[in-house]
Amino acid sequence: MRSMVVVGGGHAGAEVVVGLRKAGFEGRVVLVADEDRIPYQRPLLSKSYLSGGTGPDELAIRPERTYADNDIELVLGTRVDSIDRGARRVVLSDGRSLDYEALALAPGGRPRLLPVLAQHGPLDNVHYLRTVADADRLREQWSAGRRLVVIGGGYIGLEVAASARAMGLEVTVVEALPRVLARVTGEVMSSFYAEVHRERGVDLLTGVSVVDAVVVNGAVREMELSDGSWLRCDLVVVGVGLVPNTELAAEAGLAVDDGIVVDEFGVTSDPSIVAAGDCARYPSAQLGGDLVRVESVSNAVEQARVVARSMVGKPVAHTGVPWFWSDQYELKLQMVGLSRDFDDVVVRGDVTERSFSAFYLREGRVIAADVVSRPVDFALARQLVARGQVLERELLSDVDVPLKQLLVTTAVER
Amino acid sequence: MPKIVFVSDTARTEVFAEVGQSVMQAATAHLVDGIDADCGGHCSCATCHVYVEDGSAALAPADADETDMLECANNPMPCSRLACQIPVTEELEGVVFRVPPR
Ligand SMILES: Cc1cc2nc3c(=O)[nH]c(=O)nc-3n(C[C@H](O)[C@H](O)[C@H](O)COP(=O)(O)OP(=O)(O)OC[C@H]3O[C@@H](n4cnc5c(N)ncnc54)[C@H](O)[C@@H]3O)c2cc1C
Ligand code: FES
Repeated sequence: MRSMVVVGGGHAGAEVVVGLRKAGFEGRVVLVADEDRIPYQRPLLSKSYLSGGTGPDELAIRPERTYADNDIELVLGTRVDSIDRGARRVVLSDGRSLDYEALALAPGGRPRLLPVLAQHGPLDNVHYLRTVADADRLREQWSAGRRLVVIGGGYIGLEVAASARAMGLEVTVVEALPRVLARVTGEVMSSFYAEVHRERGVDLLTGVSVVDAVVVNGAVREMELSDGSWLRCDLVVVGVGLVPNTELAAEAGLAVDDGIVVDEFGVTSDPSIVAAGDCARYPSAQLGGDLVRVESVSNAVEQARVVARSMVGKPVAHTGVPWFWSDQYELKLQMVGLSRDFDDVVVRGDVTERSFSAFYLREGRVIAADVVSRPVDFALARQLVARGQVLERELLSDVDVPLKQLLVTTAVER
Repeated sequence: MPKIVFVSDTARTEVFAEVGQSVMQAATAHLVDGIDADCGGHCSCATCHVYVEDGSAALAPADADETDMLECANNPMPCSRLACQIPVTEELEGVVFRVPPR
């Protein structure tokens, strides 16, 4: 029987197996996943799962029955240890092997470790957040009044800070760069979110890093910062980025370069192996074919749909514009495109009203947008970015000119 | 378990939905094409947009969050809803949801 194997049960892997069935594939479909639960929604781990609104049974992406109903075999709690490309076979950690016609790699990534803490080995009160197991361990120490230090002012760090404030923890955020969210957004958003967190009682420190830690009985009690000050802590969450899981691919001799390198169809340097999600580095249609690796659910599921098609020989190119959301306190942030190498930023709406958008332009073209609680802007921003539309900054910043009108005008001109 | 129906230009899927889940969950559990539900039902993505074709009287109206988010959907219309914000109840028996074309 024809057989497809998918490695990794995150957002990408879960969508590949479903995508194979949607594409009409009738042979064997096997998902091998090292976590011991059915694919679940990772974004909730720093949001409602931490603040208590979502329980463990509400995390699943699809109910378990759906996999059974569609003849999708789930091999949970099991790793793929190696790929024998010549024989088209993978070897699992339980010693079994599986033959494949096409293989999808969706192993995601793992949290980057912070050397100053990691050098002490595992510590009872130091947490990284990627899996339900991580979140459960964190929740055991999650109680009002405790002093939490979050290291890293990226999305995950800031979401953890917001969830912790909601639960009454004392929160300090330590960010090494001069501003929060520096890797993913411009100055306007960074200073806006810094202010929001400070207003909610978060002690937000930027431009400082942790240089030393006092460890007593397997737990960090105090940390020294680069400015010479000391911070006491009951627990620590480290959110300093992701390392893509590329070892399996590299050991099999596939092209790897901060991610598994794929073409616009998600195909790796081996035509019968595809890759999708946080682990994949692909040519971006918006960036003229430059290779990018994006960490977002929308990117993972869109790529997954593309690779499923490639696996069954009905290829379609990946052209989707990645987007992302982040919930902090009552604010909904939505972002589209990659805000890098921009030469102009146009703000639309009122920052003080907490309802505004920042549009990033390069040579007049809209390449990305960050939108706070202006859903209409976001809907149109997605279209503007997808088209790489050229817009006058005066029109874009004028809230009396509906964005829809800008979109329509230009469409007619074409 | 009310029977609800999803239609698109190319497909028609009848689903026995569990009371207590959302219409989005009923759709994704049955692999209904075009309901992506990227945010998992948290009213943050608008990729679960549907048009209520038949039976809108059975539905509670959209709240402010949903109405805002619907503006993010492609081609919103007066009969637009976010499937993740519609709880399945017995009253939904026979309701038809159209999945917008991509
Ligand atoms: C706390 C948190 C909050 C987030 N919030 C958002 C958000 O608000 N919006 C958003 O768009 N994105 C968010 N993200 C990012 C989003 O979750 C990721 O982009 C997405 O999960 C990527 O999916 P993936 O399938 O590529 O990888 P993953 O979800 O990481 O899944 C990969 C899986 O493969 C497993 N695996 C690895 N190697 C093997 C092997 N050899 N054999 C078997 N299994 C293996 C891994 O253990 C893992 O379970 C968040 C992430 C985190 C951690
Ligand atoms: S699933 Fe995201 S808004 Fe409904």
